[in-house]
Amino acid sequence: MHPLTAFLADGSSWITFDVSGFKAEFWSLTFDGLAYGAIYALIAMGYTLVYGVLRLINFAHSEVFISGAYAVVFTLSFLGFGGSPPGLSTPALIGDLLLAMILAMVVSGIVAVVLERVAYRPLRKKGAPPLAFLITAIGASFTIQYLIEWWRGPNAENSVIMFIPKPLFSVFGSNVDDQQLIIFLAAIVLAVGVDQFLKRTRFGRGIRAVAQDPDTATLMGVNKERVIMLTFLIGGILAGAAALFYVMKVPSGVIYNGGFILGIKAFAAAVLGGIGNIRGALLGGLLIGLIGEYGATLLGNAQWTDVIAFVVLVLILMIRPTGILGESLGKARV
Amino acid sequence: MTTASSATRPANESAVRRFRNRWNELSRPQQWVALIPLVVLIYLIPEINAPFLASTSVDFATSMFHAAEFAMIALGLNVVVGQAGLLDLGYVGFFAIGSYVAALLTSPESMLAKIPYLATLPIAMIVTMIFGLLLGTPTLRLRGDYLAIVTLGFGEIVRLLASIIPVFNGNVGLDNVGHPPKLLGQTFSNTDAKPWYWLMVTLIIVILLFVGNLERSRVGRAWVAIREDEDAAQIMGVSTFKFKLWAFAIGAGIGGLSGALVGGQVSFVNNQDFSVPFSVLYLAAVILGGAGNKVGVMIGGFLVAYIPDRFNSLGDKKYLVFGVALVLLMIFRSQGLLGARQRLLARGRQAYRQLLGRPEPITSESSVTPDGGAQ
Repeated sequence: MHPLTAFLADGSSWITFDVSGFKAEFWSLTFDGLAYGAIYALIAMGYTLVYGVLRLINFAHSEVFISGAYAVVFTLSFLGFGGSPPGLSTPALIGDLLLAMILAMVVSGIVAVVLERVAYRPLRKKGAPPLAFLITAIGASFTIQYLIEWWRGPNAENSVIMFIPKPLFSVFGSNVDDQQLIIFLAAIVLAVGVDQFLKRTRFGRGIRAVAQDPDTATLMGVNKERVIMLTFLIGGILAGAAALFYVMKVPSGVIYNGGFILGIKAFAAAVLGGIGNIRGALLGGLLIGLIGEYGATLLGNAQWTDVIAFVVLVLILMIRPTGILGESLGKARV
Repeated sequence: MTTASSATRPANESAVRRFRNRWNELSRPQQWVALIPLVVLIYLIPEINAPFLASTSVDFATSMFHAAEFAMIALGLNVVVGQAGLLDLGYVGFFAIGSYVAALLTSPESMLAKIPYLATLPIAMIVTMIFGLLLGTPTLRLRGDYLAIVTLGFGEIVRLLASIIPVFNGNVGLDNVGHPPKLLGQTFSNTDAKPWYWLMVTLIIVILLFVGNLERSRVGRAWVAIREDEDAAQIMGVSTFKFKLWAFAIGAGIGGLSGALVGGQVSFVNNQDFSVPFSVLYLAAVILGGAGNKVGVMIGGFLVAYIPDRFNSLGDKKYLVFGVALVLLMIFRSQGLLGARQRLLARGRQAYRQLLGRPEPITSESSVTPDGGAQ
């Protein structure tokens, strides 16, 4: 047997080019991909905001997100959710989920702000080089991950199922279920909200001003430290929202290092859309979600999802280093 | 950077500095002679069962092999992070490729042709260097922080591909990886780590000579220039992309070599030992010891490998400890235990001494600050 044949498909189907299956499932994959993509997009916005203001890849943002996911699981377990959906009336269910989301937002927001205070602010005071910030971010990410591991152990939390998705209507012969619709719409609403917040409010103007030119913004009376704190806070709140939808979609996926790969993919999404750009983060998130779903089916193995996301990131950076929509939190940067 | 920071140094550091100055006054051959006892001692460590050093839970020779492994990895990563200032978070990917090259070419469970184990070491280096070039070519033109995320992705891709592609046997792995033939009366096997330790230390010395010479050459000066200010380096005519790619490929090659050695020692390679946390441990070793300082990063590598082995109860908390250490180091002592020093290189040092009759002042800060630099 020629050694090369070992690399080729031999019936064990580690890689297939399942075009017919892909065609048949195209629309259901699209809807699922958009739902996953919406979650990536919400996390990506946190990366994008912090990067836009501080030019820092906040590696620990994935841990901000996973802290929120733990808050969701604890809240819902406390409210009696578990391995099977509770038979609650719709208003009661919505109330419980909203409570979980708000608590997740609070927890994620606090973690993000504390992180900024403890890890990044001392470096800013010292005027440390960018590499030092990045290494601190990685250190902080590990610290939070393994604190959680110490506390909760290495296994995933018991799953909390919120509700069983029901098909609502069908598009092109494929069903769209309520779960997909809720996640997708919520991400759009939040993205529009943040976009408008940045555009129209005083705080938003402050953030854009600092992103554009921190020194001049300070001279013009913008409180830079407060703007930075606010940026981390908004990123944390969005990550908290993402945490609720993540647990909704992947009920048993809450584990101490569960945020890490998700975070990298969300960062890839932010870069793909153009880092520093809220609309770009939304677009990039949705694209990464879609590409992952399509790729996994086309190549016949769910493990391809992450590989494809990274390969796409590298390709995009080669062709268009500033992402699809360009970098523009401060409009005039770079 | 400021005058105040070096004026208010604690007293204990002046002893270190006195030692440093005296060391630097020695000529190179004198330094070599002075190092011989230290090298002999390092070779003898697994034979001496020092009462405090020896850990109770892990075989001492194995523990020392781990330490040597991390020292070599830190030395390789130091070329990338410390010398050229490129943040590589996927270093474990190169380590994995090295391991798999050695395993695929020697293990009876692989379908590829078998060759002697020692021949796989250069092949592993060449293959990983090629991967380094493949990864570096598209990404090294980008801003530095993108490189970090792309290399992180690369490390994950390598691990995932090792799980997916059948030839790597995923979780089952490749067993009975080859080992060198009997050398100088030493039999290499996976039960006795001593010969492997000696082989590793010997290769580390070779790498030290190689990297040290590079450092003192045009390449090393280009790396320092890129690390300190890439734009300025480019304006001064340094081909930054080319030298960054060099650093990346050389670092990758050393990572591949260490991977092949570890694959041989353990005699088994599967997809479990190449996850992202390892890349972070390697980085922690480099930063802890002092990025840019060869001796420092080896000490860092030794500590990162040795502390969890010695204090076995640390378990998975080692990641917590090193995560906290990274944050604290960046805040309080960002140059690491032994920082990279801005100093004249070999010839310049001699010329300085002959002209001014005193050794050049060495600081851990920039060489052009008024308090301690070349006037």
